[in-house]
This record gives sequence, C-alpha cells and structure tokens, in this order.
Amino acid sequence: MSQYRVPGRGRVDLSRPVDFTFDGRSYRGAQGDSVASALLANGVHLMGRSFKYHRPRGAIAAGSEEPNALIGTSRGAGRFEPNTRATMQEIWQGLETTSQNKFPSLKWDVGAVNDAAYMLFSAGFYYKTFMWPKSFWNKVYEPFIRAAAGLGTAPTEADPDQYASRYLHCDLLIVGAGPAGLAAARAAMAEGLRIVIVDENAEPGGSLLSEPQARIDGLPAWDWLDDELAALKAAGVRIMTRTTAIGYYHYNMLALCERVTDHLPSLPADTPRERMWRVRARQVVLAQGALEKPLVFHGNDRPGVMLAGAAQTYLNRYGVKVGNAPVVVTSHDSAWYAGFDLQEAGARVQAIVDTRPHVRDDLMDQARALGIPVRLSHTVTATSGRLRVSGVRVNPVSGAAVGAGQQITCDALLMSGGWTPSLHLFSHTQGKLAWDDDLTTFLPHETREACVIAGAGRGLWGIEAALTDGAARGREVAAALGHPGNPAAVSVENDRPGSGVSQKELPTDRNPGRAKAFVDYQNDVTAKDLRLAVREGMRSIEHVKRYTTNGMATDQGKMSNINGLNIAADALGRPAPQVGLTTFRPPYTPTTFGAFAGYQRGAHFEVTRKTPIDPWAEAHGAVFEPVGQWRRARYFPQPGEDMDTAVRRECRQTRESVGIFDASTLGKIEVVGPDAVTFMERMYTNPWAKLGVGRCRYGLLLGDDGYIRDDGVIGRMAEGRFHVTTTTGGAARVMNMMEDYLQTEWPDLDVWLTSTTEQWSTIALNGPNAAKLLAPLVEGVELTEDAFPHMACIECTVAGMPARLFRVSFTGEIGFEVNVPAPLGRKLWEILWDAGQQYGIVAYGTEAMHVLRAEKGYIIVGQDTDGTVTPYDAGMGWAVGKKKPDFVGKRGLARPDLAAKGRKQLVGLLTEDRSKLEEGAQIVFDPNQPIPMKMVGHVTSSYHSDAAGRPIALALVEGGHDRMGEVVHIPMPDRTIAAKITGTVFVDPENTRLKI
Amino acid sequence: MLLIHCPYCDETLPEAEFTYAGEAHVIRPPDPSALSDDDWQGFLFIRSNTRGPHYERWRHFHGCGRFFNAVRDTVSDRFLTTYPAGQPRPALETLTAASEDRK
Repeated sequence: MSQYRVPGRGRVDLSRPVDFTFDGRSYRGAQGDSVASALLANGVHLMGRSFKYHRPRGAIAAGSEEPNALIGTSRGAGRFEPNTRATMQEIWQGLETTSQNKFPSLKWDVGAVNDAAYMLFSAGFYYKTFMWPKSFWNKVYEPFIRAAAGLGTAPTEADPDQYASRYLHCDLLIVGAGPAGLAAARAAMAEGLRIVIVDENAEPGGSLLSEPQARIDGLPAWDWLDDELAALKAAGVRIMTRTTAIGYYHYNMLALCERVTDHLPSLPADTPRERMWRVRARQVVLAQGALEKPLVFHGNDRPGVMLAGAAQTYLNRYGVKVGNAPVVVTSHDSAWYAGFDLQEAGARVQAIVDTRPHVRDDLMDQARALGIPVRLSHTVTATSGRLRVSGVRVNPVSGAAVGAGQQITCDALLMSGGWTPSLHLFSHTQGKLAWDDDLTTFLPHETREACVIAGAGRGLWGIEAALTDGAARGREVAAALGHPGNPAAVSVENDRPGSGVSQKELPTDRNPGRAKAFVDYQNDVTAKDLRLAVREGMRSIEHVKRYTTNGMATDQGKMSNINGLNIAADALGRPAPQVGLTTFRPPYTPTTFGAFAGYQRGAHFEVTRKTPIDPWAEAHGAVFEPVGQWRRARYFPQPGEDMDTAVRRECRQTRESVGIFDASTLGKIEVVGPDAVTFMERMYTNPWAKLGVGRCRYGLLLGDDGYIRDDGVIGRMAEGRFHVTTTTGGAARVMNMMEDYLQTEWPDLDVWLTSTTEQWSTIALNGPNAAKLLAPLVEGVELTEDAFPHMACIECTVAGMPARLFRVSFTGEIGFEVNVPAPLGRKLWEILWDAGQQYGIVAYGTEAMHVLRAEKGYIIVGQDTDGTVTPYDAGMGWAVGKKKPDFVGKRGLARPDLAAKGRKQLVGLLTEDRSKLEEGAQIVFDPNQPIPMKMVGHVTSSYHSDAAGRPIALALVEGGHDRMGEVVHIPMPDRTIAAKITGTVFVDPENTRLKI
Repeated sequence: MLLIHCPYCDETLPEAEFTYAGEAHVIRPPDPSALSDDDWQGFLFIRSNTRGPHYERWRHFHGCGRFFNAVRDTVSDRFLTTYPAGQPRPALETLTAASEDRK
C-alpha cells in the first residue's frame, strides 16, 4: 500500500482495489476513489498543464470547482471525454485517463516556454502583443494562438451513447445533500409532499463526509448520516446523487444533469449515459454550501499547493494524505483543523502559518499539544519545486513591513483564504446579493423565485449552524406549502465553527510586478493582470473580467471571482460592494452537449413529415429533400442517371405526354362561414366577391407592410366555403396570420378556419395527355374545355373516391390537382400510375417542378421573393384588387418607398454565352467599375431548360421592368458573365398549351 | 421556462405551449387608406419597447389557439396578468400587488 494511503480513514473500500491508467501508466486505487484521490494516494500531484503558460498543475480542490486537474477519459470508440475534472470522475477497473495541454509529455512540455515569456502574455495580450508586424498575423501569430488555445482535445468520433430527457414535478426541491439540505428535508417532510434532494457527488452527506469527528445527537457523524438517509428514504424523500443542478430558470424550473453511467466499469444495456431533468418545484431550498478561496501569492499554483479543505476531504473521505510534510497557510480558522487531522494521521505538519496576529486560544493550544509549529502575522512570498512544491518562503509581517524570508521545506502546501457561499444558482434567478463586511463576501439577499437559502450558502459555518438553519428553512418552506413542518433540535459535539479574514494578494517583500500569484488558475490570470487592467483604464468589473478573462473559464469563477473582486476593488480604490460582482450564468458546471440534446439528434433532430405517397416514391428510388419539415421526392433517377439527366427526362416527358407529382405537402386551409368571402376579400389582394362557386383563382397574400408573404390557388367550393392552398413551408404561418386577423381585428366576422393540410392527399397531373388520362376515372364532370375550363374546381368522384378536383397548372401544360382524403392518396396514385402507362407517364419530383414553373415565370415565394418584394416588383400587379376599399397590405403598398422608382423588380435573364448562372449571384450594371462594385440585384432562380433550349434565370434587378433588352453583368470568381434582361415567361407566352 | 395563464383555458401552462405575438393594443385602423404616411408608419413599425410592465399578445398555439393579452415585466420576466383579447388594458396600479401570486 502506498505511503500516502491511511488505513482506517476514509470511505473508500481498500479491500476492493481498482486499476486504472493515467497517461498510459497503471495506478491502483480503491473502490470509492476519484481519479484525483487515487493519484494522490500514489503520490502523484502533477495532473495537468495550465492553459496559457503551460505551468505544471495539480488538483487544488476535491470537488466540482476544481480548475486545474482536467483530464480526458475514454472507454472505447467515440467515448472520449475531454476536460473531465479528476476530482469528480470516479475510478473503475480499466478506466483510461490522460492529462491535457502538454507536449510532448506532462513532465517535459515545450509550451512551458510561454511561462518564461510571461511578460508577453499579460492582461489583454491578444490586443497588444500581436499587432506588429502586421504581416505576421496570418502566418505566425494566429496559427500559434489557435494551436495553443482551448482546453483539451475535442473528440473526433460520433458519440455512440444515448442521452435522456425527463420532466419532474415536486413540491420541494433541495439542492445539496449536506447537513443543511438533509435537515431542511427532515423539517419539511409531510405525508403527501413530494420532496427531492439532489447532490452532484457520488454519495449524499456533503461536508459530513469530510468531518467524521463530529458527533450529532450523540452519534458519530457518519452513523447519524446513515440513520438520517434511511429515515428520509422511508418517508418517501427522493435522493438523487451524481446529479448537478446546472441552472435555475423562471418560475422555479431547474435543470438537473444526472450522470448515470460514467462511474460504471461496464455499460448496462438500454441505459442513457446522462439524463437531463427539467424540474418544476413549488418551493426550492438551495443548500449548496460554500467554496473555499485560495490565497493569492507567488507560486500558489505549484502542484502540491491545494486548498486546506480539499486536503481534509482527501484525508477524511478518501483516506489519503496529500503529503507527509505539509505546511498550512491560512487566514481562516478552518485550515487549522486540516493541519490537526493530517498530524493525527501521521503526517508531520511543518508549520501552520496564519496571516492574522491573533488566533483563537483553543486552536493555539491544540497546535501546541500536537507539536505543530505556529507562525502568526506571517505571509507566504514564494514556493519552490519544479513539478511539485518542495519548499515555501514565509516572512513576518508587521504593519506594512514585510520582514526577512525564511525557507520551510515541505511536500504540500495547504491554503485557505476563507469561504465564499456558492451563489451561482441563486444568481441565475436574478437574485440580489448583499455585501457582508464581516465575512467580506456577498451573501444571497432577495429573489423573486420561491426559494430560500440554507446553511453555509448564506454564510453560516459549522455543522450545528447548518443543521439548525436547514431545519428552520425547511419549516419555512413547509409553511409556504401549507404544512406545519417538523420540530428539530440537534446537539453537535466536536463541531468546527470558525472565522477568518479576507485577503487581497498576500503582502510580499518582492516586486509584486513580477509575482506569479494566480487568481484564476484555469485561465492563468494573476493578481498583476487584474491590477494592470485597472491601470489601463478598465473601471467596471465586467470590463476587468473580459480584459483579463478572470472568471471566464469553465469553472465559472468559482474560486476566482471574490479574490478577483477584492483585488480589483483595491486597485480601483473603491469598496468591493460598489465594484460589484460579475454575473454567474448557467450551467453551474460544464455540461455535455449530449445532455442538452437528449433525444433530439440524428434522425430525431426534428420531425420528418411524410405524405401518404412517400412510400411509393421511396420504392421507386426517389432522392428526397427536406422542405418545411416535409421530406419531398426531389427526383426519380433511373439506373445510371444523375440529377440533371433525371430532371431533364422528367421535364421532357411531362411536356410531351403527362407527368404525375405528389403535391400533398401544399398547405391547405378551409375557410368556412357566412362571412368567408368578406374575410377572403380582406386577407388576399385579389377580389373574391365575384368569383363563382366552382372557380378558383391565384391568390396573393401580403403583410400589412405591402410585401408578399405567401401565394396559392384558392377554390370557391360553395358560397361560404373556400379551399385555400398555401406554400409548403408557409402553411402554419399563413394559418397563424389568418387566425390573428380573424380573432383580434375582425372578431365580428362569422368565419371558421381549419388547417386541412394533412387531411388531403394532392396529386398533380400535368401534360398534354393529362385530361385524357384522368377523364375516364372522373364521375360528376366532363373534362372538356367547356364543362371544366382552366381554373375550375369541383367536388366529384375520382376512381370511386370522393375528391376535390382543380384544373390548375404550375407547369403551363394542361393540369389537374386531385385532392382525395389522405389515406386514399397512395391508392389513387397507383391507379393513375397504372392508367398512365399507355401514355408513358412519368413521376417527377420537386426539382423538375421548379424547372417547369420557372419556364413559365411562376414565382416561388421565398425564393424569387425575399420579404421585401411587392406584387408590383414581382410583375403581378394584375393580382391586386385595386378597387377594393381595403385588404391586408393595401395601405402598405402606398408607402412612399414601395411606390418609388428604382425598386428591385423580377425579370428574366438569358446569358449571352448560354451558361447557367448561379442562384444567389450578384448583378452589376457596369463590370468595369472599381471594386467594391455597386450591386443592383441577384439571381433568384436558375435552371437548364430544354423547353427554352438554353439555361434560363429569374432575377431581381433594380428598375428591371424598364430595362428589357439591356445587358447586365454577373461577376464570378473566374470571369464575368453577361446576361440580357427579358420577360419572365420563357415557354409558351400565349398559354396555348393550357387548352384541352 | 415561463408559466403562462391562458385566460380562455383558465390554466397556467408552460411557455412551450404558447407563441409570442408582439405588443398589445396596437389596433389596425378601420380605414388604413385614410391614414397619413406618418400615422401608418406608427401603426406598422413603432412600438413602445418598454422597460418594465409591457402590454403584449400571446397565442395559446398548442392549446385552444386563442390570442390573448398579457402584462409582463420585461425586467423580471414575470407576468402580472393575462386577459382576453378585446378587453381594455388593465391599470398597472391594480396589478403590482397581484404580481407575485402565480408562482
């Protein structure tokens, strides 16, 4: 057994050894160890290199606030996780871990040259150091910074794990299963109350796990804890461990991230790696305790320098001595006990150094009794040792004078600058903080949420204080929940209450400008950096933070914020409460993307809607594309065809004979009621009053600003019934807009709106043979020019199915759209497909649909328009009912800017060299003007067109309607293309092909 | 996530069921064509951008589908009240006391 393991101490099970590796070397720990405690038990303090200076670093804490000991963990392909805190990762047989930020090895790292060049990397170095010579930026500085930046290495493979999401509703959520949290639960619990306690650690107990010496109600602390947990569980209290409350959101919603499998040697089947809980609690108790502050002195980051409370935890919870010859340096009573415990465990404490001139008599007596040398009114001015602390230089302080330094040999340095309440979750609620002069820290004050703070979280130290306060807060929330709560009286022996003073940097006899006294370990920010920031003009703590990056690392300033504030306030010559604290934001600890994504990944990232005809398309080899959450068949390639050849064939066969197209995704809204026609008159630009039953019309929908929002063919099925179609992507938006006007502007209209998009399957037949194919199947109307002309609609029967039949065309050919109840769509499609074989029917996809419509100049809203295009800009003034007194957008169209000359207007473009333009390409009038050129529009649609015999394009061009025949230019990276402005109709401008 | 009281369903439900619909009590004039350009611009584009209690519209999109009005404090993000569309705007003095009710 290692010389650092202390049998009889700690909660680890030494009879169950666990082997794991760190940087390829095998180590043995015990069941219950964290990676950090197991490495410390093997005498390993060096666990990583720092971010900026690549300084050797070891674990400084024992919990989730750890800034230094970040490791990578892996368990096979895709299961590599960087930036795991070694203090939180439990070991299991076979775990592989690696250190970070080192090259080529942790012990010998070339990046550490940054440390020698540290003067270059002071606060704001990004803004200063790399400014000259300018040419160095791209080739030297930036690649160097990029290579050096970042923590850890991102995994390269897809994550094979599953992540779960859950909701949880409870009456009382208690964050923190330490003495205050447990006492709160005990005091609040009542029949029928749903109480949940969460704790980020592997087991509940909080500080009790580190203080076995205490006796509570006559029982040793750990026995009391066992009894208490059993009693709570028996009463139905739910205790969730390895679960971090990462954020506190509105109306008492908290997010909890539960780590389910990261501590297990083998992965159980069908179990998520992590589970994100969204909890809505009626009342919340925050019992998160306090975080210990480091002291700020030169060399306070050397491996072996750690928080005194952490050393106490390693000893009492894990049975590990962090050193055999430690020195304690402190400004708070609590660290003395760490020294006492270590001495009793067999270490030789070299000295307890306290910055204060006076310390409680009982502490002095106990130190004397244990034979520990004590130095009061002393400061620490340096540490020595390369990869581990080997000595510390201490100096007496008298007033402002720092006396001569004296070297003390040691193998660990335990420091404590006092304690800071964990304010993070409270701050997420926009809770107000109040400065406490005695504790020189902020305490939680007021919040709007139904939330109370208990124990060390509001500055109370000691187990008895935590238990008493927890019980009182528990009764307080019980009362808020309508219960009396339970009385509680506790007696605690061997408690360790304490007090201390807060420090800035420790006084030194050396040049403070050369001190490497770290405030933020993870971002390598020193006290000198903070003072420099103030000297260079930063006045707000928010500016100091951003200039120095203090508190901006993944530990969210858990250790650095209060020290940083004290130093900045001193440099500014203002009291700390006036300088204020920066804002804490969720998540409390780094949280995986997987936990946030939950089930929403891969195919489940978003909903995929499929039409009833989709399976047919899939069986016939369709290539699909996503359109407004639908997946639509884009084209149907035959063997050997690429997209271009398939699309050309689909277009050709449609124009030569007949094509069939699944238009089911078109948005459909049923507008019904006595006032339906009035409603339509007001919503759409077109006149509707005179549209006869059995006729349909192309409708244009504007916003009140006058810009095109949507379009579609609208059929009047009866006096008070319209079958409205919308664009595929616009269906929900149009429905919302209609509901908005109907409900809030015209509530007097008697109209009902129903979304029927998914109730109908819509099959479009287009081509010279469309009528011939369809006619034999239709009952109720003759498909002749007289009986059923273009833009007619009717309810009839098609192939024995009830149908709404429209004679419309989005191709310029004879066209029909057959709507049948959705479940019948596939059957009808197959009937039409079979019947169409004699005509050489072709199934076409959205790509051919786009070509066919562009050849006719039919616009796609959102492609040829961009939210700033009016009907006049689009050349569709004919669709505007100018005689109507009002419609949505009418007044908007009269706005001076919309009526002005020189607006971008939709035109056709034909390239002089017959090349196909790129959609989105910018257009200029004069290709020889100096760069930057004046852009006068862009290409909105561009296709190769066999029907036109050349590539065609639509474009928005400034004043385009008055520039017919003019040549514009499209500059591309390799050349400039000239194109002639034309009308937008490229095929059959007289519409002769629409006639049966 | 906010909790919002739908005045039609008379239930307090999570924000995910609702969609925001802009400032409330911006009434579309009965005859827009009679408006000057300035007045029309005011209706179309100019909003109060309030710091504090803000009259605004929400829709219970994934519920009853109705639009309603609300007063929400834009600083604290807390609702002071919600009420059906068409009702006059409630006076702020009557609301502040009730603001903490719906926790």
